[in-house]
Amino acid sequence: MRALYRGVLKRELALAFQHRAELVQPLMFMLMVVTLFPLGIGPGPETLQRIGPGVIWIAAILSSLLGMERLFREDFQDGSLEQLMLSGLPVSLIAAIKVFTHWLVSTGPLLIMSPLLAMFLNLTLDMYVALLLTLLLGTPLLSFVGAIAVGLTVGVQRGGILLALLLIPVFIPLLIFATSAVDSAALQLPYLPQLAIIGAMLLLAIAVSPFAIAYSLRVSQN
Amino acid sequence: MWKWLHPYAKTERAYQLCQILQPWFWAGALLCLAVGTVWGLAFAPQDYQQGDSFRIIYIHVPSAILSMSTYVAMAVAAVVGLVWQWRTAFMAMIAMAPVGAVMTFIALFTGAAWGKPMWGAWWVWDARLTSELILLFLYLGVIALYGAFDDKLQGGKAAGVMALVGVVNVPIIHYSVEWWNTLHQGATISKFDKPSIAPEMLWPLLLNLLGFALFIAAVTVMRMRNEIILREMQRPWVKAMADKAEGDRHAV
Repeated sequence: MRALYRGVLKRELALAFQHRAELVQPLMFMLMVVTLFPLGIGPGPETLQRIGPGVIWIAAILSSLLGMERLFREDFQDGSLEQLMLSGLPVSLIAAIKVFTHWLVSTGPLLIMSPLLAMFLNLTLDMYVALLLTLLLGTPLLSFVGAIAVGLTVGVQRGGILLALLLIPVFIPLLIFATSAVDSAALQLPYLPQLAIIGAMLLLAIAVSPFAIAYSLRVSQN
Repeated sequence: MWKWLHPYAKTERAYQLCQILQPWFWAGALLCLAVGTVWGLAFAPQDYQQGDSFRIIYIHVPSAILSMSTYVAMAVAAVVGLVWQWRTAFMAMIAMAPVGAVMTFIALFTGAAWGKPMWGAWWVWDARLTSELILLFLYLGVIALYGAFDDKLQGGKAAGVMALVGVVNVPIIHYSVEWWNTLHQGATISKFDKPSIAPEMLWPLLLNLLGFALFIAAVTVMRMRNEIILREMQRPWVKAMADKAEGDRHAV
């Protein structure tokens, strides 16, 4: 049983690293979106510091939406998803493993970019630490909640925009709490409450969403 | 315990129930709305601060309250559909979605019209306005997801899952946005022990609330009948009904 799960995990990682070019795409997208803001709004360091946390988080949400579409699509199209579901393993666990590996290879690397982005937007060290912590807790939440909608739209032709329409309103609370944590850090205030709420949402999502993902995959598989 | 409910999983029984309920809902809705609106707009006393412009409360508050309860009703229907595998529950959910979206839009629109004289701006990023706007997005997402599927049974299930994801999020959205920014006046009628509204203003409001609820129920029931007929076009009972209607038309 455990060997099978490990097999699923290894297969996901191997597949992800076969397409190295695709792994870099969300990172470049995020970098470019963030670059647009100083150009569009003006390079004043104080303005940038004021809007920085929100800009980085919005860019993170958009680029994770962009990468998320690939989460189940190829497996759905070549039928391997169906085979995994017929394997007798709990679909929820398979889904959780797939989401986790997807976060590891496509959303997690956004964290590596964060120092550069923080520098671009003139964040202080305190703000950067808070930003890193919110990204660390928040991006897995994006992946787990987003995977439900990905599972639902995987069978739909051209589901990309639909996915964004479904998920953006759902991600709003995360955006609010995360940016408010960074803003508190900027004012030297404690931001543990915001982190605790994001953590609670993450735990809830990890506990519940695998079952919802499994159901949504069954709906799509019909 | 729930045995009496199960026959309504069949589309034919659900259709008959809708047919029976529809005239009652319409009658109640028209009566309550007519009395409540005329009373509220013409006879209720003026507000000592807001003057006559407070009267938009008789449209704004019922639609705002019911936009949220309709979403919850959708989620309940989705749970029923997912747990007991009722097709009719998904049909009811889909029938409610556009009605709720329109209610949300009415609440936003009347809120904007009220905000202009009161706050001096059509739109402010206040907590309740924002969460109402996000609620509209959630409704539109559910409707868009359902529309993306060709197989309507599959689409109903998918929309149901999304409605449930949304309903878990509604309180989180509400509190997060509340914390984020607040300007809107506090709730006026939810404090039932000592409402901060005069009784002669409250009664028409409650009448209109009931009227709006019955109106939503009536439109939902009509939409559900349409949905059932559209989806069950090939069933003998639908054909028999269509033949009968056709026969009646020729008889006249």
